[in-house]
Amino acid sequence: MLAYIIRRIVQSVLVMLAVALVSFALFRYVGDPIYAMVGQETSLEDRAALRDSLGLNDPFVVQFARFVGNAVQGEFGISYRLQQPVMELILSRLPATLELALISGMAAFVFGVAAGVYTALRRRGALSTAIMTVSLIGVSLPTFLIGVLLIWVFAVELQWLPSFGRGDTVTLPWGWETGFLTQSGRASLILPAITLGLYQMTLIMRLVRAEMLEVLRTDYIKFARARGLSNRAVHFGHALKNTMVPVITITGLQLGSIIAFAIITETVFQWPGVGALFINSVRVVDVPVMSAYLVLIALIFVVINLIVDLLYYAVDPRLRVERGGVRH
Amino acid sequence: MQDTKPRGRLFRIWDSDVAASFRRSPVAIVSGLVALVIVLAAVFAPWIAPTNPYDPSSLNLMDGFTPPMQPNAFTGNSYLMGTDNQGRDVFSTILYGARISLFVGVSAVLLAMVLGISAGLVAGYRGGWVDAVLMRVADVQLSFPSILIALLIFGVARGIIPPTQREAMAIWVLIVAIGLSDWVQFARVVRGATMVEKGKEYVQAARVIGVTPLRILIRHILPNVMGPVLVIATISVALAIIAEATLSFLGVGVPPTQPSLGTLIRIGQQFLFSGEWWILLFPAVTLLALALSVNLLGDWLRDALNPRLR
Amino acid sequence: MTKPLLSVRDLVVEFPTRRGTLRALDGVSFDIAPGEVLGMVGESGAGKSITGAAIIGLIEPPGRIASGEVWLGDTRIDQLSPEAMRRVRGRRIGMVFQDPLTSLNPLYTIARQLTETIRTHMDASEGEARARAIALLDRVGIPAAARRIDDYPHHFSGGMRQRVVIALALAAEPELVIADEPTTALDVSVQAQIIDVLKEICAERGASVMLITHDMGVIAETADRVAVLYAGRMAEIGPVRDVILQPRHPYTAGLMGSIPTLEHAADRLVQIPGAMPRLDAIPAGCAFNPRCTQVMDRCLRDRPALRPVAPHHASACWLVDDKGAHHG
Repeated sequence: MLAYIIRRIVQSVLVMLAVALVSFALFRYVGDPIYAMVGQETSLEDRAALRDSLGLNDPFVVQFARFVGNAVQGEFGISYRLQQPVMELILSRLPATLELALISGMAAFVFGVAAGVYTALRRRGALSTAIMTVSLIGVSLPTFLIGVLLIWVFAVELQWLPSFGRGDTVTLPWGWETGFLTQSGRASLILPAITLGLYQMTLIMRLVRAEMLEVLRTDYIKFARARGLSNRAVHFGHALKNTMVPVITITGLQLGSIIAFAIITETVFQWPGVGALFINSVRVVDVPVMSAYLVLIALIFVVINLIVDLLYYAVDPRLRVERGGVRH
Repeated sequence: MQDTKPRGRLFRIWDSDVAASFRRSPVAIVSGLVALVIVLAAVFAPWIAPTNPYDPSSLNLMDGFTPPMQPNAFTGNSYLMGTDNQGRDVFSTILYGARISLFVGVSAVLLAMVLGISAGLVAGYRGGWVDAVLMRVADVQLSFPSILIALLIFGVARGIIPPTQREAMAIWVLIVAIGLSDWVQFARVVRGATMVEKGKEYVQAARVIGVTPLRILIRHILPNVMGPVLVIATISVALAIIAEATLSFLGVGVPPTQPSLGTLIRIGQQFLFSGEWWILLFPAVTLLALALSVNLLGDWLRDALNPRLR
Repeated sequence: MTKPLLSVRDLVVEFPTRRGTLRALDGVSFDIAPGEVLGMVGESGAGKSITGAAIIGLIEPPGRIASGEVWLGDTRIDQLSPEAMRRVRGRRIGMVFQDPLTSLNPLYTIARQLTETIRTHMDASEGEARARAIALLDRVGIPAAARRIDDYPHHFSGGMRQRVVIALALAAEPELVIADEPTTALDVSVQAQIIDVLKEICAERGASVMLITHDMGVIAETADRVAVLYAGRMAEIGPVRDVILQPRHPYTAGLMGSIPTLEHAADRLVQIPGAMPRLDAIPAGCAFNPRCTQVMDRCLRDRPALRPVAPHHASACWLVDDKGAHHG
């Protein structure tokens, strides 16, 4: 178990280093770090001197090591566009993104699993057919279009819910700005959360359905039925647990992509999160923010991956014997 | 003998099961028709569209905000799908927009296909470190959503290309960004199939008689993986069209002078609150119809080529 | 003969397909007496497993019992409600499947699967159920049962798992055990042990066994009577000794030729030419007529009924005349 965890952590660190390399190349060669620091009137000599003093003429490896060292301490330089430390910018917007991702992720998981199980058990029912048809449209509908259509119906026509922003927020003692505690904060969350979660929900639903149908065909399910176990025990005791093993892995990965997909949702709803920050930075090639965002997203992915693997390990007793062979 | 096996098999699949399954599937027929109509309308847009929305001389600002199928209050002109704020005929902008969306989508998938197939063939045939490196890159890339990869590539390209060239290059940047974000699936399928085929006797025999590896790859292995590649390509076109629309909607896609369906939706969204719903609705419906029909075609194709998965 | 425990009368099982309805079982009748072991033989696709599934009420949809009756003691069980049938399964009829590697749920311990089955059918506390489960495992020959009960299925070898499966099938003390090819997936060296365990325990408890197999050797050693199925129809049924020594159906005679024994050297290994017809292409008259070496005009025209040829011995062949004499 311990050896397995250590191996997975080493792998994660390697992935992070690879991403850091890309991020560093972006930071160093696409953007010009000097550009952010000096005005138009600075002379070429001064620029060269600054370049030297910042170590930009040092060997690649030295610069990369310095970049990694700084990154570990959360130091990603100054945003070209906003002239503020990048880490400060990201940290101030992170709560908005995380709250949105958390709510839509949970909703996607709960409804996705429920709908998947239902459509697998009532394969030929009218409701199942309806759910499957809607899900097919859901997969084909681009996220931004879902958002725009939701705004149209619920904000413009019905005027039930706000169409943009986070509503009122409350700053918690440790500096976390939350929208959960106010009426308008919660109302503002609904449409973005649906927009962000819908696609993931359809994916989870289709996955659960496919896995469950597969599991229901297995011998151990037939044997469980042949022993006279109740439908409830067969479906929710035996079948569901086996279904969830692969579902957990993929759902975990989905959680990471929710944070990345938040870019789109945040743009549609003018949600003040990291995704909106990133897209605005891409538009004006604000390289420090771009490279920091890349590292941040990669970190979230890697951590989620790690947790998912450990969870998988906990759920499936077979893996405990195989001494954690690497699966991918 | 060299060609009969692969081509014969493909032909037989096409001749029997696939064609028959198409005739039997109403979903496939309807989506095929919808996709065909949109593609034809887009390709022949200059001849079909009532106006050229990007020719300033044909625009009349007085025509702005005409609702669909109703005469304009000032000019008396009536348009099938109404006009936008600048008096452009929405129907015409959709035709031209779909043209750009399709061009970007199809080109990006072609790029992804060429890259993915080449990488897959090389990785599968050579094995060893080439394979290890390519597949590691693929793994890492696959764990990130492709829209994020496309955004990054787009951002990098913007940083490299001088600002004066950005507008002109935007479409190509977009194609490269989407294409590079989507090669992995092709590579994986082709690699797997190549590794299987490589061990077979006919490839060994071809090698023994001195046929070059490139020729073996192209003539013998490639035809055998065309089925799955076709399925992935179809679904990828739908995804690429959506990716293009998303990027354009986010304002990092095609320039406003060459609006795609995504750009049109972005523009239409601004008029939602003032009540000019048609500027948004028609492009949105077109995008949905296009993406959904291509997606359904891909789904059907996968089932038809692979009945086991049903 | 005493009153049968199981009585199957004119059972017809149909599978509707796009190309018409297939008859997987066509008018099968037989009885099993209390404590008796009935062997059921035939090639794959002859309808052996379908017969088992029909009795226990687990035919895969869209297959269904089209007509006929299944009686267990005084209860007609082919028309029971799903809930009533569930209470029969495991409690009154136990089932052992072919592949022990896939019959057990990989995510649950043996203990959990056993106690769950016991507690579904019997009034027992968790502790009582566990004690019973350990006794059962011990009885089927699992060494150190009290310790191994908390292991997962993958900790056991194939033969051991099949012992666990037998324990599970017998957990609620059923009167009838249907064993569907219980040894086919096992190593030859453990096949005999598994059959012995099954036979011993059932004999000890007075349970009847319906042993489905395509291995005449197993039948010869284990069964009291044997039923021979061909293309969903009963070809011959009778005491094992009589059927083996004096088969009254050319198909049975051919099958007998396929048991290699020490007494009968290789010249007795007769292969039946041809293959069993597909269910959608069963010929008119006797289903065996294309392969029969003694085929007559009548066989192509009329379907022979199952008629007595000797005490307790019946055959469906025109070679047997109405008085039961055999012109072969």
